[in-house]
Amino acid sequence: MDSSGRFVARHVATLPKSGIRDFFAIVSKMKDAVSLGIGEPDFVTPYHIREAAIACLEKGRTSYTDNRGTQQFREEVSRYVARNYGPEYDPDTEILGTIGVSEALDILLRAVLDPGDKVLYHEPCYVSYAPSVTLCHAEAIPIRTVSADQFALDPAALRAAWQPGCKLLVLNFPTNPTGGTADRAKLEAIAKFAVEKDLLVASDEIYSELTFEGDHVSIASLPGMRERTVFLHGFSKAFAMTGFRIGYACGPAAVIDGMLKVHQYGIMCAPIMSQEAAVEALRNGRDSMLHMRDKYRERRDFIVRRFNELGLRCHLPRGAFYAFPDITSTGLDSMAFAQKLLEQQKVAMVPGTAFGAAGAGFCRASFSTSYERIHEAGERIARFLDALPRR
Amino acid sequence: MNSVLKLILDGEALDTAQIGRILGLGAEAVDRELAALRQQGVLLGMRPVLNPSYESEHRVRAVIEIKIRTEGVGGFDGIAERISSFEQVESCYLMSGGYDLLVVVTADNLYKVAGFVHERLARIDGVQGTSTHFFLRAYKKDGFIVNAEASRRDQPSVSP
Repeated sequence: MDSSGRFVARHVATLPKSGIRDFFAIVSKMKDAVSLGIGEPDFVTPYHIREAAIACLEKGRTSYTDNRGTQQFREEVSRYVARNYGPEYDPDTEILGTIGVSEALDILLRAVLDPGDKVLYHEPCYVSYAPSVTLCHAEAIPIRTVSADQFALDPAALRAAWQPGCKLLVLNFPTNPTGGTADRAKLEAIAKFAVEKDLLVASDEIYSELTFEGDHVSIASLPGMRERTVFLHGFSKAFAMTGFRIGYACGPAAVIDGMLKVHQYGIMCAPIMSQEAAVEALRNGRDSMLHMRDKYRERRDFIVRRFNELGLRCHLPRGAFYAFPDITSTGLDSMAFAQKLLEQQKVAMVPGTAFGAAGAGFCRASFSTSYERIHEAGERIARFLDALPRR
Repeated sequence: MNSVLKLILDGEALDTAQIGRILGLGAEAVDRELAALRQQGVLLGMRPVLNPSYESEHRVRAVIEIKIRTEGVGGFDGIAERISSFEQVESCYLMSGGYDLLVVVTADNLYKVAGFVHERLARIDGVQGTSTHFFLRAYKKDGFIVNAEASRRDQPSVSP
């Protein structure tokens, strides 16, 4: 018998596994399943971007790069961020290339948190936030967001959740899994509170280009926020580059310097071919990105209308590519709904509770898939709902 | 672009009822829209795109470059329209460059294509020369990759 478990650290042993794993195991073995569980673009990376990676290999550019990323990569990032989000960052001291936003957030947490520090974040949210905080021996404090607000973060809820010892606030707009966004007024109130309580803000804006309603505003662009915000972004969603694993962090030099220490010992640098592909995406990827965004918006309109027709109340997500219907009208909880739907009609949706307790009563359905599949999923969900005992 | 047309061009296999539901229109409205597009000459037709290896067993397809002389024969249009009227002709285009018309033909076998070239095309007044190339193998057709397995993505079916 394997007794090696005794070697595993307590805080890791007690960390729950991602609720998504179990579903993945079942769906991957199931034939004819229609999956709305895919958290990545269904588009292939645009060819001109892939070509940049191919050219990099052909030229034999296969070495390490500067820990921060190539000069060209950082300069391009600096221009892109200034043009699209506002703040200007110095490529030499304020920008760090990472293995996606996942690494960027992880090294940020490790660079700034002391054991026992507290971190505020809004829920439902991406699966890694709370566990990553726990791995730093710090305490994650969720702030509940609700459907009535379209899952935007209510500044009053932030104030209520705050407690002494809070050091960092993690934001993610547009939000995975809810598609929640934050308008300027809300962000201004949040920013004011961050200044009042001297909070550092980590803003994960990975879905920002995929904003369907209104303009995306970065909290880093608000007065007084640049010096206390670490802007996290990457290429996975907007440019369909998940497999390239490339992202970046922009922020005040001292924080980026701290992150650089963790990054240089743990990772060394992001892969050079991914950096070169990213440069091409930033320079020439806008048209492909806008094309994909339009496709997501059309599919969003269809899936949201379909859920509402079926009696599963669904708000209109203003960004990202997930619908987050309320399934409480079925009398089932999130997990039971997702499990039964998968067993009976072979449709995979991710239970809202995988994204935190605030996701209870909801399921996430990705519309990053073809119309054919969304349509078929709709038919199957209709049959599933018909077969449920009348309430 | 017309929203119905846009959906059809995406290449997904959707019937009119499905298109109607996706666009929130209803199947009759989609049918009306399609009829209007046909009438306007925008939509010439819709047919399935077959993997060439599943088309009729020994059917062959060839592309023929044709050089023509236009004096006294009614110009390019007259000849091109005449060539287009043959049932063997799948498509016919006026081209820039070293020849004038590009014609794609299909036939039951190589000899029938050969017969078409020398008995039909070559006899048309104005056709000065032809150059015939046979298709050997298809890798991509009308936007579809023929060997779907080769381009399969190993995307996980559930991811965070």
